[in-house]
Amino acid sequence: MSRDLINLIVEATWQSLYMVSLSALLGTFLGAPLGIFLATSRKGELFAAPFANLILGTIVNATRSTPFIILVVAIIPFTRLVAGTSIGSSAAIVPLTVAATPFIARLVEAAIREIDGGLVETAASFGATPLQIVIKVLIPEALPGLVLALTLAVVSLLGYSAMVGAVGGGGLGDLGIRYGYQRFMPEMMLAVVVVLIALVQAVQTLGDHLARRLNRRLRHR
Amino acid sequence: MNAHQAVTQGEPVVVDRAGKPKLPGTDVMVRFAGVTKTYPHRRGKPGVEALCDVDLEIGRGAITGIIGRSGAGKSSLVRLINGLEKPSGGRVVVDGREISRLTGADLRLAQRSIGMIFQHFNLLSSRTAAQNIALPLEIAGWSRTDIARRVGQLLALVDIADKRDRYPSELSGGQKQRVGIARALATRPDVLLSDEATSALDPQTTRSILDLLSTINRELGVTIVLITHEMSVVRQLARDVVVIDAGRIVERGEVADIFTAPKHPTTQAFLGEVLGEAVPLSLANRLQPAPVAGGQAVLRVAVRGAVAADTVVARLSRALDADVALLAARIDEIGGRHVGSLIVGVPAARAEQALAQLAQSRIEGEHLGYVA
Ligand SMILES: Nc1ncnc2c1ncn2[C@@H]1O[C@H](COP(=O)(O)OP(=O)(O)OP(=O)(O)O)[C@@H](O)[C@H]1O
Ligand SMILES: [Mg+2]
Repeated sequence: MSRDLINLIVEATWQSLYMVSLSALLGTFLGAPLGIFLATSRKGELFAAPFANLILGTIVNATRSTPFIILVVAIIPFTRLVAGTSIGSSAAIVPLTVAATPFIARLVEAAIREIDGGLVETAASFGATPLQIVIKVLIPEALPGLVLALTLAVVSLLGYSAMVGAVGGGGLGDLGIRYGYQRFMPEMMLAVVVVLIALVQAVQTLGDHLARRLNRRLRHR
Repeated sequence: MNAHQAVTQGEPVVVDRAGKPKLPGTDVMVRFAGVTKTYPHRRGKPGVEALCDVDLEIGRGAITGIIGRSGAGKSSLVRLINGLEKPSGGRVVVDGREISRLTGADLRLAQRSIGMIFQHFNLLSSRTAAQNIALPLEIAGWSRTDIARRVGQLLALVDIADKRDRYPSELSGGQKQRVGIARALATRPDVLLSDEATSALDPQTTRSILDLLSTINRELGVTIVLITHEMSVVRQLARDVVVIDAGRIVERGEVADIFTAPKHPTTQAFLGEVLGEAVPLSLANRLQPAPVAGGQAVLRVAVRGAVAADTVVARLSRALDADVALLAARIDEIGGRHVGSLIVGVPAARAEQALAQLAQSRIEGEHLGYVA
C-alpha cells in the first residue's frame, strides 16, 4: 500500500478517535447525571419526581429509537447552531453526542438499578442526604457496571462515527466508503476494517480489565 | 443563686453517659402512642395494615426483644423508630423527640443517634471494613483525623482490628456483622436497632454476636431493640420482650415473667419451639387411653419458674409413697428461672392422686395416658 494511502488511514483514525472520545466524554457528562436521575426519580425513590422521570424517559426513548443517520440529518440546524458549521469532524461531534447521551443514560440507569436497595436504606438510616447516597453509595457500588457501560458506549460510538461521513465528518467509516466502496479499493476497505476491529478490541479489553480490577475486591459475596 | 447551685441544691441530678441531665420520667427511650401503619394499596393489591394501634414503651438502657412471626410487623416497627417510615397515625417518640414528626435536616440529625444493624449486613462491597465503619462519620461531616481515631476504637471494640483493610467479600458472616455493629455505633448512638441481625448466622457465631451486643449494652449503656423471630435470641439477651402478632402487641413484659407464664397462643407457640414437645416419639407411640394392668400412668408436669425442677419428682414420690419414673424432661433457664416440662410415670391406679397432689402444690399437671 502506498505511503499516501497509509497517511490517509492514519489521518482517518485520528479523526475517528477525536470524534469518538470527545462525544463519549460529552455524552458521559450529560448522560450519567441523566441516567442517575432516571434511576432514582420514580415514585418512592430518592429524588421522587415521577412526572419528570416520565418526560425525560420518553425523550430518551424517542432519541434512542431514531436511526442514527436520520438523527444526523434531522438535527443539522442544531449542529450548525452549536458548532458554527454542519460539516467536518468537529461538527460531527454534535450528533454523536446527541445519540450517545440517552444511550449512556439508559446504561447508567441500568447499572445503578443493580444496586441493592438495602444499601440505600442503610445510608438513609444514618441520616445521609439523597446526594450523599448517590455520591457515597450508588456511584462507588455501581462503578464496575458503569465502566462496562461506558465501554459499550464507546464501541457503539465507533460504529456510529462511521456514519457521520454523510455530513463530511471524516473518519475511518468515511474512508472505507469513499475509497473502499466508491473507488473500489478492496485493500483500503480491508485496512479500515482491520483498524476498526483493532480499536474495538483495544477499547473492550481495556474496559473489561478495568471493570475486573474494580470488581475483584467487590461482589462475589 | 446561679445555675450550678440550683442543680446541686435540688434533688440529685442523674446524668447519662453523654453528660445530658436525665429529666424525671425519661427512663423511657422509645415510646409508641396509638401508632398505626398502613401501606397503601399498589397495583391491585389491597392496602396492608402492618401495625394497628400500638402502644409501647422501651426502657432506656435495656435490651428489649420484639418477637413475632414473619409479616407480623416487626420491621415496620423498627423502621418507625429510626424514621425511615412515617406512621399513618399516632406518635413515635425517641429520647424525648417526636421522630414521627421530624423531616429533612432535623430528621437526619436525629437519625445519627439511632444506629441500625441488618440481617444481610448491608455493607458496601466497594469499601474495606474500616471504610465501611467510616461511612456514617463521613455522612455526619467528621474530620479525617477524627474519623481515623474513631474507626480505630470501633475496630477494637468489635474485635476485628486485624481485618480493617479487608473487603466484605473477604469476611465471614460473623465478621461482617461485627463491621455492621461497629458502623452502627460509629456516631455514638443512644439506641441500637437490630433487625434479625443473627438470622443469617450459624448458632455459634450467633452466640458470639449476641455476647458482643450484651457487652455493648452493659459497657456503653446503649439501648438495644432486638427484632427476631427466634425465641432463643430473646431468651439469651433480652430483659424485656414484646410479642407481636398480625400488627398488634399481644403480650409484653419482662422475659422471665412472659416466658414462664405465657398467656397468648403466639407466645406459647414460641416457647414450645424452645422447649420442644418434651414427649419423645417412642413414648408417645406407646401411649394408650386405658390403664394397663401393672402399667404406669404418664403425666406431664409443667415446670414454671417457681417450681424447683430438681425436687419435684422426689416430692411426688414421697407424697404417693410409690416410685415415680422420670420418663423424659426438657428444662431450660429463662431469665434465671427454670421453664419446661417433666414427663413422669406413676403406678396406673395412682394417677388421680398424683394430679391432686400436684394441684395442691400449685403445679400444672396433665394426664397424657397409660403405658404398659
Ligand atoms: N413497603 C411496604 N409496602 C407494602 N407492604 C409492606 C411494606 N413493608 C411491609 N409490608 C407489609 O406489612 C406487613 C408487615 O411487614 P414487616 O416487614 O413489618 O413484617 P416482619 O414482621 O418484619 O416480617 P419478617 O419476619 O418476614 O421480616 C406484611 O404484610 C408486609 O407484606
Ligand atoms: Mg422483617
